[in-house]
Amino acid sequence: MSEQTDPRAEIISAYAATAAMPDDTGHFPTDDTLFGGRFMPEALMAVLKEVTEAYESSKTDPAFHREFADLLLHYANRPSLLTEARNLSRRAGARILLKREDLNHTGSHKINNVLGQALLAKRMGKTRVIAETGAGQHGVATATAAALLGLDCVVYMGAEDTKRQALNVARMRMLGAEVVPVAIGSQTLKDAINEALRDWVASADTTYYLLGTAAGPHPFPAMVRDFARIIGVEARRQTLEATGALPDAVCACIGGGSNAIGVFHAFLPEESVKLYGFEAGGSGLATGLHAASITGGSVGVLHGTRTFLLQDEYGQTKDSHSISAGLDYPAVGPEHAYLHATGRAIYEPVDDREAMDAFRVLCQTEGIIPAIESAHAIAGALRIAPRLAAELGREPVIVVNLSGRGDKDMHTAASYFGFEGGEL
Amino acid sequence: MNRLQDVLKNARAENRAVLIGYLPAGYPSVDGSIEAMRAMVEGGCDIIEVGLPYSDPAMDGPVIQAAADQALARGVTTPDVIRAAGAVADTGAAALIMSYWNPIEHYGVDRFAADLAAVGGSGVITPDLIPEEAGPWIAATDAHDLGRVFLVAPSSSAERIALTAEVCTGFVYAGAVMGVTGARDQVGGAAQALVARTKEATEQAVCVGLGVSNGDQAAEIAAYADGVIVGSAFVRRLLDNRDPRKGAEAVRELAAELADGVRRGSKAR
Repeated sequence: MSEQTDPRAEIISAYAATAAMPDDTGHFPTDDTLFGGRFMPEALMAVLKEVTEAYESSKTDPAFHREFADLLLHYANRPSLLTEARNLSRRAGARILLKREDLNHTGSHKINNVLGQALLAKRMGKTRVIAETGAGQHGVATATAAALLGLDCVVYMGAEDTKRQALNVARMRMLGAEVVPVAIGSQTLKDAINEALRDWVASADTTYYLLGTAAGPHPFPAMVRDFARIIGVEARRQTLEATGALPDAVCACIGGGSNAIGVFHAFLPEESVKLYGFEAGGSGLATGLHAASITGGSVGVLHGTRTFLLQDEYGQTKDSHSISAGLDYPAVGPEHAYLHATGRAIYEPVDDREAMDAFRVLCQTEGIIPAIESAHAIAGALRIAPRLAAELGREPVIVVNLSGRGDKDMHTAASYFGFEGGEL
Repeated sequence: MNRLQDVLKNARAENRAVLIGYLPAGYPSVDGSIEAMRAMVEGGCDIIEVGLPYSDPAMDGPVIQAAADQALARGVTTPDVIRAAGAVADTGAAALIMSYWNPIEHYGVDRFAADLAAVGGSGVITPDLIPEEAGPWIAATDAHDLGRVFLVAPSSSAERIALTAEVCTGFVYAGAVMGVTGARDQVGGAAQALVARTKEATEQAVCVGLGVSNGDQAAEIAAYADGVIVGSAFVRRLLDNRDPRKGAEAVRELAAELADGVRRGSKAR
């Protein structure tokens, strides 16, 4: 970039860009399904309207643009690096570029969306934010933004997840947030969302629900995407700078799908770029113990949106299973449902074993410890590399969104790989 | 005209509010819940809301969650819930199903309406469906002459109240407080203001629920609303009485207390 260019310009244009989807009613329509929408109690319609108005006006407000861009530049550490993974590339037979969202403040891509929404909450005059968290990364990011911006913060977390992500629970508490373990249902992310919704319906006059993924009722899927969109905008520019061309494929892991939609969105118009989302295959789709909503689920409504989800024959949500707490969610954001239905993006499951193999490979070839979530994307890239090479007749260029770092997963990894006593 | 409309019309002729009681189907068992719902009718409920237990009840407090969770754990299914609604209809009371949206959509919108109408059910309350998303549901309920009940809330704008009342057939469900289901010591003034605002928008009956648990509260609401809806307090009686016969008896007593309150309150109009 030239000296004259305002470093904020890229962040601002990434956020302010207009998108064809969703439509005015918050839907992502295909020929036979209206994905997205708003399936929420009437009691929340007033605050959802408030959020929608705040989001829409922020898209064209220069003061908001400056504030958001300054936070991402000088607090969150943007732009994030695009690292050439030379050793991994040799092993994969592809040129692999890692989008280093793990290097952001708080250790994951979540901070992008959180800073944006926390600024909106302030503009709306809310004094308290609530959030759900699975792996704890969104909770940590929310607690961080709340500390910075002077907001009270309550984070709902499945009781099961508070155990497997104890480090992040301690971080949130250290940052001044109240962490509420949710001991009902499957005690994971979906139950934390239910509990946050119960809080919000009683507290919406003072409280902003800072949703952590590109799901939920309109406008959350669009808004969370727009705040995360900078990931793909930077990756596109950085790939052009590094290789002189667009990548052949972009890979991301998918739980709710915010890091994936963030890295995909700027590439949607580029037809030559294949987009791959890797869902958590858990113990394998055949076992029924997985979190692969698109490849192993069906169309339904959960948490305010029509999308793909894991459900039984009567529409009861099935429990999801994954070694990764951040992907352990039985549904997916509606824009991914739409991209799957239209064929623009390709979704495949990666099971626990493949993800953990990739986790170790990245640690030991590149000296980068990824989040187990992100390891699903690494595994996926290793899987598709030979396929792409065969199709293209040359070494493919693959961007992998490294959505977060793996410090929080050391206990799980130590126990999985059988380090002595499972302790560090 | 279906039975829900008859019941509302008759109560209006008597210048009194109706009493609407909720229990989830399948707790303590499907047959046990049917027994308890019959006891509610005997105790004085005019309309029964048969709850369809759902895995993600984001509008429900801990009491209803507990009963619904146990019902699901014991394997209650959508056909069981429809059967329970049919059993309630056989008593002569109006039977509504209260369900979150996904179980209806997944069962098949038209199939759900057809199957409920076939057993004599009168309508459905859908707490997480808003009129903007309800196109296919409006068509299906019209086709099968079922009542459609949507909710309004203290936070609803005049515009949204009008939009919502417009698509209700039967009555409009006014949420008394901002919050989830569960008994509260006081229902408060928000409910009365909401009923007044809703009545400006519609000629339809307006019934008040969320937080109501005793005869005095029922009396207070019956003085200004067309119906009083009680849920968690009934469920509490079943959770506290593990012997199904004692549970049914406790539910009958509460229904009688509430029915008495409704009549006292209606006289004060």
